[in-house]
Amino acid sequence: MKSRLRFTLQLGFTLLVCLFMIVPVVMSVMAGLTENYFVGLESGLTLRWVNEVWQLYADTIWLSIKLALACLLITILIGVPAAYGLLRSRRRWANAIEELLLLPVAVPGLATALALLLAYGSYREFRGSWLFILVGHVLFTLPFMVRAVLSVMQTAKLPQLEEAAASLGASFRQRFFGVVIPNCMSGILAGALMVVTLSIGEFNITWMLHTPLTKTLPVGLADSYASMRLEIGSAYTLIFLVMVVPLLVAIQWAGRLTEQRR
Amino acid sequence: MTAASKQPFGAASYLSRPSTMVGPARRKRFIALFALLPALVIFCAFWLLPFSRLIMMGAGADPSSGVSAYLTILTHRQYLISLATTVGLSLVVSLVAVAIAGVAGFFLARQRFFGKSILVAILTFPLAFPGVVVGFLVIMLGGRQGALAQTSLWLFGERWMFAYSLAGLFIGYLYFSIPRVITTVMAACDNLDQSLEEAARSLGANTWQVTKDVIVPGIAPALLSTGAICFATSMGAFGTAFTLGTRLSILPLNIYGEFTNYANFAMAAALSVVLGVITWMALSLARRLAGGNLGASV
Repeated sequence: MKSRLRFTLQLGFTLLVCLFMIVPVVMSVMAGLTENYFVGLESGLTLRWVNEVWQLYADTIWLSIKLALACLLITILIGVPAAYGLLRSRRRWANAIEELLLLPVAVPGLATALALLLAYGSYREFRGSWLFILVGHVLFTLPFMVRAVLSVMQTAKLPQLEEAAASLGASFRQRFFGVVIPNCMSGILAGALMVVTLSIGEFNITWMLHTPLTKTLPVGLADSYASMRLEIGSAYTLIFLVMVVPLLVAIQWAGRLTEQRR
Repeated sequence: MTAASKQPFGAASYLSRPSTMVGPARRKRFIALFALLPALVIFCAFWLLPFSRLIMMGAGADPSSGVSAYLTILTHRQYLISLATTVGLSLVVSLVAVAIAGVAGFFLARQRFFGKSILVAILTFPLAFPGVVVGFLVIMLGGRQGALAQTSLWLFGERWMFAYSLAGLFIGYLYFSIPRVITTVMAACDNLDQSLEEAARSLGANTWQVTKDVIVPGIAPALLSTGAICFATSMGAFGTAFTLGTRLSILPLNIYGEFTNYANFAMAAALSVVLGVITWMALSLARRLAGGNLGASV
C-alpha cells in the first residue's frame, strides 16, 4: 500500500515536470496556427502565419541548411582523420589535444565570436560572407564529431583489424579507407546528426557574426521575437521544430544502434 | 559504500590504449600527427590565436576608469554585482534542476509503466532547443499573453508576468537544464548495481535509508558532473537572456552591451575571458567526475 502511494506521488511529480516542458511548446505551436492568438482558438486555425514566415524568412532557412551541410562536410573531412590521429597518439598527447579542441565548446559562444570578430573582422570580404559564420560553426561542432568517431574507434578493435590487413599487404591508404572508415561508420553517423542539429540551432556565435545579408534561422527567430507579432514568431518556431525534431529522433535511433553493436 | 561509489561510466575508456602497432613506431607517430594536422591548423588559426588576442586586449585600459579592464571588473561595484548575480543564478538553477530532474530521472529509470517512453521523450527532446527558442517559450509561459497572465486574468482580473525579470531567466535556465540532468541521471541509474539496493533492503533498511546511503552516493559523481554542466551552460546562456530583455544585468548581456553599445572592446574582452575561465573550469570538473558528456552551450 505504502509503495503504491509512493509510486503515485513520484508519477504525479514526473507528470508535473513533463507539463512544464511541454505546455509552452504546445502553446507556441497553437499560437502559430491560430488566426488571432489574442482572441483564441475561436478565431479559427490557419496556415497564414506559416506562409507569411516563409515569405519573410525563407532565405534564413536555406542559409541554415547550407551552413549545416557545409559544416558537416568539413567536420567529417578534418574530424575523422583527427579522431584517428588521437587514437594513434600517445595518451598524454591525445588527452591534451582533445582538451584543446574542446575549448570552443567549453567557452561560451559569445567569447569565441568576439575573439573571431576582433581578429578577423577587419577583412571586409570575409567578414561579410557566410564563410565567417561557417568558421564559428566548425569550431563549435568539431569536438562532437571527433568524440563520436573516437569512441567507436576505441571499441571496434581497430588496431587488430588494421594489423591483420597490414599483414596481408594492405597499404596505409587501403587500410584507412577499407578498414578504418567502414568500421567507424556508426560513429560518423552519430557525429553527423549531432553536428547538423547543433549547427542549425546555433545562436550565440552566429548572432555576433551575422550581417543583414547572412541571417540564419535562429538569428531570424530572435529577429521575429523582437519585432513581429506573436503569431509570426510562433509559426517560425513551428518551422524550426519541424526541422529539428526528426533530427533528434534520428540521434536517439543512432545512439541505440551503436549501443547494440557493443 | 566503496563499491557503490565507483565511477558509473566513461572514465576507463581512455586507459585501454592498444599496444599493438602497425609498422615502425616512428612512422606511426608521423601518421598520427599528419592526421591531426588539419584540425589543429584550423583550431590554432581561428580559435587559439584570436582568443589569445582577446586575453591580451582585456589587459588594455578601460576608457572610463583608465586602468586595465581586468582590474576594473574587480574594483567596480557594477561589474562585481553582475558577476555575483550570474554566478548565483546559475548555482541556484543547477541545484534546483538536479533536485527536480534527479527525482524524475530516478523514477523513470526504475519503474516500468504504460506510456513511459512518451514521458521520456517529452523530457529529453527540448535538449536541442537553442537559447532563443527557450526564451520565447518562457514568454509563452510568463509574458503579457502567457499562460500565467491568462489564468490570473481569468481568476483575479489582473495580469501576472515574470518573463522579463530574473525569475524569467531562472525558469528559462531551468527549462534547458532539466533535460540534460534527466538523461544523465537515467544513464547513471541504469549502471548502478541493483543488488546493492537489494542487499541493503534485506538487511532491514527502509526506502529512505536506501536512497540516502546507496542510491545517492552511487550516482553522486553523475549528479555533480551534470550539475557542473548546467552551471556552465547557464553562465554562458546568451540566447535566452537576449530574448527576454537586454536590460538585465548578467555577464553575457554585459559583454554584448559593452561591445555593441559602448564599443568598449577592452571591457568586452576582459568580461568574456572571465566568463570563459569560469565555464571552462566548471566543465573540466564535470569531465573529471564522469567522462563522455561534452555539454553544449545554448
